[in-house]
Amino acid sequence: MTSAADHLLVAPILIPFFAGALMLLLGGDRRRGTRTALGLASALALLAVAVALLGRAARGEPGTYLLGDWPAPFGILLVHDRLSAAMLALVAVLAIPALIQAAAGWQRQGQFFQPLFQFLLMGLNGAFLTGDLFNLFVFFEVLLAASYGLLLHGSGLPRVRAGLRYIAVNLTASLMFLIGISLVYGVTGTLNMAHLSRLVPGLAEADRLLLHLGAAFLALAFLVKAGAWPLSFWLPAAYAAAAPPVAAMFAILTKVGVYAVLRLSTLLFGTGAGASAGFGSEVLAMGGLATIGMGALGVLGSRTLAHMAGNLVLVSSGTSLAVTGFALAGAGGGVLAGGLHYLVASTLACSALFLLVGPLGRDQDGVAVAPLPTSDDDPTDTEDEAAEPQGPPMPGALAALGLCFAGSALVLAGLPPLPGFLGKLAILSALLDAEGLRLPPSLAWAFMILLLLSGLAALIGLMRVGIRVFWTSEEPPPRAWLLEVGPVAGLLAVLVLLTMGAEPVQRHMQATAAALLAMPQQTEEILLAPRAEDQP
Amino acid sequence: MEAVLSAAIGLLAASGVWLLLRPRSFQVIVGLCLLSYAVNLFIFSMGGLSVGAPAIMPRGGFVNPDAYADPVPQALVLTAIVIGFATTALFLVVMIASRGLTGTDHVDGRERSP
Repeated sequence: MTSAADHLLVAPILIPFFAGALMLLLGGDRRRGTRTALGLASALALLAVAVALLGRAARGEPGTYLLGDWPAPFGILLVHDRLSAAMLALVAVLAIPALIQAAAGWQRQGQFFQPLFQFLLMGLNGAFLTGDLFNLFVFFEVLLAASYGLLLHGSGLPRVRAGLRYIAVNLTASLMFLIGISLVYGVTGTLNMAHLSRLVPGLAEADRLLLHLGAAFLALAFLVKAGAWPLSFWLPAAYAAAAPPVAAMFAILTKVGVYAVLRLSTLLFGTGAGASAGFGSEVLAMGGLATIGMGALGVLGSRTLAHMAGNLVLVSSGTSLAVTGFALAGAGGGVLAGGLHYLVASTLACSALFLLVGPLGRDQDGVAVAPLPTSDDDPTDTEDEAAEPQGPPMPGALAALGLCFAGSALVLAGLPPLPGFLGKLAILSALLDAEGLRLPPSLAWAFMILLLLSGLAALIGLMRVGIRVFWTSEEPPPRAWLLEVGPVAGLLAVLVLLTMGAEPVQRHMQATAAALLAMPQQTEEILLAPRAEDQP
Repeated sequence: MEAVLSAAIGLLAASGVWLLLRPRSFQVIVGLCLLSYAVNLFIFSMGGLSVGAPAIMPRGGFVNPDAYADPVPQALVLTAIVIGFATTALFLVVMIASRGLTGTDHVDGRERSP
């Protein structure tokens, strides 16, 4: 446990923490170039660590890290498995394009963009790695506090108004989170997730009710973050108001909620949970379906590209939640594997769409996000030039933007051959074969129909925007800069790579789903994690 | 003692929820504060109530755990207080910014109808 390789597990939290702290020390606007370079270096290092952890997880090596070398279950520990390694990789892959686009212009709108971005990454990585319930709350707060600052980045009335609601909703959700944690602790006397999953089957009947109550409170907090209907009305407006690179990173914030629901529900209420097995699966499935429906309607009703992307985020997280509900109710690993595949693909595509809002929105009143804010240095300066990107303009901008837009649209609509289609296909075929599903079959059919209809809605909505921007526009074609379009192209390249490597990706997701559903076997390894002190 | 504490938590939570749903930003933030007091007391009570029991056990030898208070909820509530304080301060800043930009303290940024 003492070799350098073992400390790799804590690196995804420490790298952005130190990078962000160093940026604060550097201070001032004069060092903007240094800060940008530091931010990018940190994101690249995170990607390298995530790939190494992904490789480790894929080989099936257990990963636990005891913080301060306190033995489990008393100390806080970090756990990594296939799911958290995949989410870490997703965070890093989303962070790099967002940072590059921010470097092109948006980060000049305020002083603290780069440090806040690093703290957001730290919170995200911590939430994906932690194996302790209260520690999960702490990392949630870290990422939320950073996201409050980032949402307001650039200031302006629309952002402040959206930020006010976003913060109020999330503060209330955090209080729910605390109530849930304390109820779970009051009943079981532990906060270690692996320990919890071993204690759940043996609970007394009266305690079980309290545990379910605590889990419901926790789920409420996570579902607010995941944007599940009817807790989602704040989401499209908040995401649409954020600066495009920020919104591109926010695309994964809902997935943190989905991740927490998936992780805790499979641990606490999986097949080995005795009388509690499958608790909440109906709520998750139906809530997911309602979210998909609301998201699809929102896509059809959106007037701006940013609102549409926000609603597409809802569709994506609703699908993931419904998949979690079905998997919990015994639909099998195939559904979950397809859902995870879809989650990764749709998150990447939503992020690409948010990044496109910048270059597409500048000249088009029809799709403008919000009035471009004033420069930070000079409050009287209301010229749009403040956000004009630096660097060489893009040749053939319209064609490149159009290609990127079409690519993201294809993924989100779930058309072949891109990975959105593969994920949906895997969900559908697994649902058709599902045996032992403890939910009514009509719900499964409703899910399949909604899945296809939401793809159709995404296609119609995005086509409408596409036609207006690219074909019928009277104005000169949008100007675009390499630093703005390049990141979107990069994200799409990742999606193409995922398509070409669809088979290994799907295999990884299947192994992930199988491991999640058989979690109680893994918990023993986690609880018996060796301490460094005991090692020769 | 249990009845008094539960009544206090319930009263704080009820007032907090009522204020949270009011349209003025000042009421919202006071509501959030009251709600967080209720939650903090709730966390604290989850370790069981005891009077005069220390939370830290002496080193070595046999210790009767019944004579000590559960230290974990106390640590949790400390963390929760700090985090809640910081995020509330942040919220206050945003509210002041909103007040400055809109000229009203309504949460929607505009009065309903003149």
